[in-house]
Amino acid sequence: MNVLAYLIPISLFLGGIGLLAFIYTLRSRQYDDPDGDSRRILSDTWDDRPKQ
Amino acid sequence: MTSVQTNTPVACPGCVAMPPREMELPAQDAKLVLSLPTIHCQNCIASVERALSAHAKVRSARVNLTLKRALIDAEPDVTAPELIALLDASGFEAYELDPNALNETATNTAGRDLLMRLAVAGFASMNVMLLSVAVWSGAADATRDLFHWVSAAIALPAIAFSAQPFFRNAWSALRAGRLNMDVPISLAILLALATSLWETWLSGHHAYFDAALTLTFFLLAGRWLDARARSAARSAAEELTALEVPRAWKIEGGKPVEVPVATLCVGDHVLVHPGARAPADGIVLEGHSEVDRSMLTGETVPVPRRPGDEMGAGEVNLTGLLVLRATAVGQDTSLQRMAALVAIAEGGRSRYTSLADRAAKLYAPGVHILSALAFLGWLIWSGDLRVSLNIAAAVLIITCPCALGLAVPAVTTAASGRLFGKGLLIKNATALERLAEVDTVVFDKTGTLTTGHPALMNWGDLTVCQQRLVYALARGSEHPLSRAIVDAAERAKLEPAPVGDLRELPGFGTSATMNGRLSKLGRLEWVGAVSDFDGLCAAFDCGDGRPFVLKFEDSERPAARPSIKGLSDMGINVILLSGDRTPVVKSFARNMNISDWQAELLPVDKEGLVRAMGENGRKVLMVGDGLNDTAALAAAHVSISPAQALDAARAASDIVLLGNDLAPIAEAVSVAQNATQRIKENFRIATLYNVIAIPLAVAGMATPLIAALAMSASSISVSLNALRVRGRR
Repeated sequence: MNVLAYLIPISLFLGGIGLLAFIYTLRSRQYDDPDGDSRRILSDTWDDRPKQ
Repeated sequence: MTSVQTNTPVACPGCVAMPPREMELPAQDAKLVLSLPTIHCQNCIASVERALSAHAKVRSARVNLTLKRALIDAEPDVTAPELIALLDASGFEAYELDPNALNETATNTAGRDLLMRLAVAGFASMNVMLLSVAVWSGAADATRDLFHWVSAAIALPAIAFSAQPFFRNAWSALRAGRLNMDVPISLAILLALATSLWETWLSGHHAYFDAALTLTFFLLAGRWLDARARSAARSAAEELTALEVPRAWKIEGGKPVEVPVATLCVGDHVLVHPGARAPADGIVLEGHSEVDRSMLTGETVPVPRRPGDEMGAGEVNLTGLLVLRATAVGQDTSLQRMAALVAIAEGGRSRYTSLADRAAKLYAPGVHILSALAFLGWLIWSGDLRVSLNIAAAVLIITCPCALGLAVPAVTTAASGRLFGKGLLIKNATALERLAEVDTVVFDKTGTLTTGHPALMNWGDLTVCQQRLVYALARGSEHPLSRAIVDAAERAKLEPAPVGDLRELPGFGTSATMNGRLSKLGRLEWVGAVSDFDGLCAAFDCGDGRPFVLKFEDSERPAARPSIKGLSDMGINVILLSGDRTPVVKSFARNMNISDWQAELLPVDKEGLVRAMGENGRKVLMVGDGLNDTAALAAAHVSISPAQALDAARAASDIVLLGNDLAPIAEAVSVAQNATQRIKENFRIATLYNVIAIPLAVAGMATPLIAALAMSASSISVSLNALRVRGRR
């Protein structure tokens, strides 16, 4: 059962990464336009050099 | 729109990855927001962004498809009209929005805050649940203790962060000496944590960390659903407000300059174009015209204005240019003062307690007494403090209104989603429940049951020759009656008669010559006609000295009649209250099959009548659009206003009707009744689970496994029942 001492922290760490990633997406307003984002991936035009 | 862009230096590398809430700063550079109601696909996004970026002075343009808006960052001298023209050329409808009226930050921040707490609670509850599965399946001794300690380490900080909204609400309710749903929730969470910690400390068998976290997770899900549904409605309602960008034409050095209304001062000279609303109260200095006061009084007949006359803010100038000297601006205008009255009238509404609160009032004391009795009973019977405390915590967790917390938001979200599809915006959280109780509907006439656009009634009485002449005369004016004539003529596909010397005399009418004879179209006195017709009318003289009276009536809104019939069929009284003159209202009411009507009402009368009905125990739904309805809208049990209504009226109502059609009103009432029924059904389902689980808990047989099962099963069945409100697609 000693393996638990490694497995529990590792699984918590991995889960924590997921949680942090979600919080990052939330903070950077990636859920502001769910409809638009799901449509944009269908668009075949893009801009390599957007205006600054 | 004339400020300089400042490049704020980036403080740390981390801020590059996470921009420091740049959207929430007040617009520093020329930030323009356009509403794009017609976009719907990826090609629309691409074409709009391409069209906008092609403009040399636009720095960036970003389309938000969910909100159907474009955010444009541009040089200070770029104006919205030129961008709108640009989009028009590529085939997209666009309207300017006032960025200041779009207060999405507050609602969005609240939603994001809840989502963040939800994520943390979800993460923690899943982990603790996994650890608990091991305990349920028989982990013993040191392993069980280890798992309990790890669970505690996860649960304590997670709950301290996620459950804050409940703790805060419960605290403020307790401080005010009330009980709400959050009190038993907070108590259950805290007691569960405390006893579980104690049990863990003593290497006990049962710890309820998983239950406390799952509870928090489900309840936060309910809160978040609720917040999201309301923020969607609120953002759409804000968009309506933002569409009316407040601009005025101020005369500076003899020339009109476009300025924001907020910058006007008393004494300024303001130009009011035909078709525009007066931005301030004032006295007419120059010009003759007629004004439409229907938004303020419900009266459809235009009122003449000459130099020296007073004009109130919100009145629409119809024909000639007017120059006003402002006598009251901003918050002091008569319009704003009337709108402020609404705040006073709103008292009645806030007394409404929602179904959830009423349930909580019954529920919370019951749960607490039950739990206390279980504690005392076990303490007396066994004399063991630890066992009794455990039982008390189990009773609180099992009975905790997890399903109750989901029961209402899940149903209202589903129902408002369905009504939004029909063009109804539910702005207020309890509006649906109140709408379901309605037994009387009060309609306003002008602008609500009618469109406010007149239609010509006796077009057929004219000869074709006269029709062509009238058409030619009417084309010279923007007056609504002239436009009604033009509409009628265009529908008959006529050619205008060849006339010369066509001129408009603002406030009186138009005249022109044909074959050397002067013909006139305009006010009765000016043309020299006499009529006993009480409604809207104009006179027409084709040059033979025998004037003809053209009669108009306000055209009714689409689906007004079926909507009224639908409401009557549901056993709801329909009443018409109008500020317009008696004969007009009388014939209109007969036309619409409304037997109960009153005319020539002042705003105060309307409010008084609605209030009196409320005091007699009737639940009144008020449907109105003008400022004269605003107080009545606020006094009614629940209120609806069309999207074209005045801002103050929309703000005072619970529900906004998008689109031109009145048909959704009857349907909204039935959807609301359906939704309320579902909510009550959900309460019954939740109670059923409690009835089964409470005896187990009191008997001391509620293991953490049973608590988890009961909680999840009731939450899921309640949510599924709520989805039935959406109906078949």
